[in-house]
Amino acid sequence: MPIIDCKVLVIGAGPGGYIAAIRAGQLGLDTVIVEAAAHGGTCLNVGCIPSKAIIHVADEFEKAMHFAAGSPIGVKVAKPEIDLKKSVAWKDAIVKRLTGGVSGLLKKNKVRTISGWATFIDGKTVEVKTDDGVQTIRAENIIIATGSAPVELPFMPFGGNIISSTEALDLDAPPKNLAIVGAGYIGLELGIAFAKLGSKVTVVEALDRILPLYDKALTRPVAKKMKALGIDVVLGAKAKGAGKAGLQIEAADGKAETIKADKILVTVGRAPLTEGWGRDNLVLDMDGRFVKIDEQCRTSMSGIYAIGDVTGEPMLAHRAMAQGEMVAEIIAGENRVWDKVAIAAVCFTDPEIVSAGLLPDEATDAGYEIITQSFPFAANGRAMTMESEDGFVRIVARKDNHLVLGIQAVGGGVSELAAAFGLALEMGAALEDIAGTIHAHPTQGEAFQEAALRTLGHALHI
Amino acid sequence: MGEHIIKLPDVGEGVAEAELVEWMAAIGANVREDEVLAAVMTDKATVEIPSPVEGKVIWQAAKVGDILAVGSPLIRLEVDGPGNIKPGEAMETTPAAAPVEAKPKAAKAPKPAPKKPATNGAVAAPVGANVSLKPSPSGAPRAEGDKPLASPAVRKRAADAGIDLRRIHGTGPAGRISNADLDAYFESGGAAHARSSAYTRKTGVTDVPMVGLRRKIAEKMAIAKSRIAHITYVEEIDMTALEDLRAQLNKARKQSQAKLTLLPFLMRAMVKAIGEQPQINSIYDDEAGIVHQHGGVHIGVAAQTPGGLMVPVAHHVEARDLWDCAAEVARLSEAARTGKATREELSGSTITITSLGAMGGIVTTPVINHPEVAIIGVNKMQVLPKWDGQEFRPRKVMNLSSSFDHRVVDGWDAAVFVQRIRALLENPAMIFIED
Repeated sequence: MPIIDCKVLVIGAGPGGYIAAIRAGQLGLDTVIVEAAAHGGTCLNVGCIPSKAIIHVADEFEKAMHFAAGSPIGVKVAKPEIDLKKSVAWKDAIVKRLTGGVSGLLKKNKVRTISGWATFIDGKTVEVKTDDGVQTIRAENIIIATGSAPVELPFMPFGGNIISSTEALDLDAPPKNLAIVGAGYIGLELGIAFAKLGSKVTVVEALDRILPLYDKALTRPVAKKMKALGIDVVLGAKAKGAGKAGLQIEAADGKAETIKADKILVTVGRAPLTEGWGRDNLVLDMDGRFVKIDEQCRTSMSGIYAIGDVTGEPMLAHRAMAQGEMVAEIIAGENRVWDKVAIAAVCFTDPEIVSAGLLPDEATDAGYEIITQSFPFAANGRAMTMESEDGFVRIVARKDNHLVLGIQAVGGGVSELAAAFGLALEMGAALEDIAGTIHAHPTQGEAFQEAALRTLGHALHI
Repeated sequence: MGEHIIKLPDVGEGVAEAELVEWMAAIGANVREDEVLAAVMTDKATVEIPSPVEGKVIWQAAKVGDILAVGSPLIRLEVDGPGNIKPGEAMETTPAAAPVEAKPKAAKAPKPAPKKPATNGAVAAPVGANVSLKPSPSGAPRAEGDKPLASPAVRKRAADAGIDLRRIHGTGPAGRISNADLDAYFESGGAAHARSSAYTRKTGVTDVPMVGLRRKIAEKMAIAKSRIAHITYVEEIDMTALEDLRAQLNKARKQSQAKLTLLPFLMRAMVKAIGEQPQINSIYDDEAGIVHQHGGVHIGVAAQTPGGLMVPVAHHVEARDLWDCAAEVARLSEAARTGKATREELSGSTITITSLGAMGGIVTTPVINHPEVAIIGVNKMQVLPKWDGQEFRPRKVMNLSSSFDHRVVDGWDAAVFVQRIRALLENPAMIFIED
């Protein structure tokens, strides 16, 4: 096959890679993107999107169960049934539409797509194993966007009943007993969904708390709901292996126990994909297990950039996308550096958690003198009308000039508040800016304004 | 209970007004008899005003930096007993207590600037700020080291223009940089050298009120420079012989004698030169059109003190020998430095010496101590190679930079005076030879 020469080569068509390619195409750069699987990466195929589809299914099913049991709002239905095969097919259709959409966007922006596995030969040359043979590509600039993969426990590798999040999203039926190793956001999102779908869920976590990235105030409503859903949480326990009966653990008191499970979902984190693409043929500095980058996503080799999960935490699609956009612009000669104030993180548990900027403890640790207050949804009219009174919005601000440093919320549907939170932080809002913005009534967003007012010392509705 | 009013006393001969430099007793404070209430400064010295009675401060006439006329009310005390005014009288005295202007011609007494973040802060109220229960500090300038705060659109515009936002002053809440701030930066021409430097601009302004000694110095300098036609004459002097003599004398000095510096020699040389040109040792009253030629040589010696420049005066130098001059200079500079110089010690000079020692530079243009007509400036001494007709020799060389009031002293006379001093210093024995 003839060698392809191009200006920009992107390796990996996940959210970071495809955005970089689209933006590079928009800027008129001759761009090639290589992907071994379907476009869209983990996010579209086996991550964000499909999990949200299954969570939606679970929420709707739980709602129907709630109505069937005689709900206080007066809606009554017959006992619902779940056809998970059909749910998964519906989810797959959404995934297909989205990945197809990405392919279309790449084409529209004149990005050449190569299907196959890429391996670096040197800092300017990549070989791709395609169905038609090996394709050599030479590029002036290469963007590594290889992403990440679920971490496997060495003593219980994936396979059979031991599944990762990928397989969990493709089950034929809800497992009767589901054991989950790891109480991070992926494990809890899926655990809550399967509990709603009828599984008996047990979550095993080595630390002494769930969702250790958030503070206890934020996770408390989630723990409460998990309890209501009958999810068992075993804290301070270590997974030891999988047996016939289920998951073997060493409990906090050191006793060996077995948790009955027909499926064991391992969600102990994700690892950057730094092997298998010829990193040995390069001289890339590493930052721990990640590829080391600077504030322009440049690696230690000139002309080679890295973006997304392979470059570090937080491993979030929207971070990768912003990096991809920036790198394309840098290659096009624009003056860009990573200057983002906040990368909001959303946890699609029930209730949802959203956090943008600094948590109170983080702000204090960073040396700020802070003021912080929260406003509960129990005092928010819209939340009441949605039977969703758990949770709150909280604001962390500098005491001296009222600059908002962080905004968090926990509650039903608060993921959509991420937009407002992110905008406020990125615009450099002071408490007075949020307090002085009219927030439409009746919405949950009013709690955001009230949290700002309360931090200033004069909340109106509490 | 009654009120006792204390008026600004006559703090010095011929002094009509004084500047309030410090309140020692705040309103509400209880003071005992003889406790110091306030300090005022005349053009000569700082004077403390004690309380004649025991009482509680209920009123102060002025703020620090205000000028008060002698005899105007200064402070009112609530006292046991009848006091010295009737309560009804209190209000009537208030207008008279208003600070008077410094002088008809002088600018109005500046008041200490009100405290605000920065004069160019253009502090914007936070958008939509509600009436807060506590004062909102929004709008305070961004602190040094804080990351610049700007919306993504502003950041992009700055990046496109190659501007480091750290160099832009943000006028928004919490020091946020707006598009308008960027515009201002562009208009100021900042863009022209935007790419070349990592140094940041500092846009804060610190307002330092000119009060006390600083203001006195400013006023004096302004008068001297605006009224006196200065002529400055610089001459080089070979100090080798005098330095040898000085070293010998210091080696042999008695315990009771102050160590000799250059100044006593210069003072004695000036006395000698003035004997031949008495008009140099004068006070020129230009309003009256009279030059007062003084018989006594009263030499002011400019001294740097923690508060600023002061000029203590060695009186009747013509009647002091070398050791006496040394002792007097040492005593006066110590008194000035520690703030213990009396009004008498700070006034009455007829000619002045200014010396910065090793900091003296090679040439200065001294400002005459108005209303005198001459000032002798001592520059630094250094060893330089000098041609003696056959070879270069290392000589201790020093310049004298002297200013004269050209209205009174012609250039020729100034030159003669300095040359006479030069001859005396280069041949120090002549200083001590009786005419």
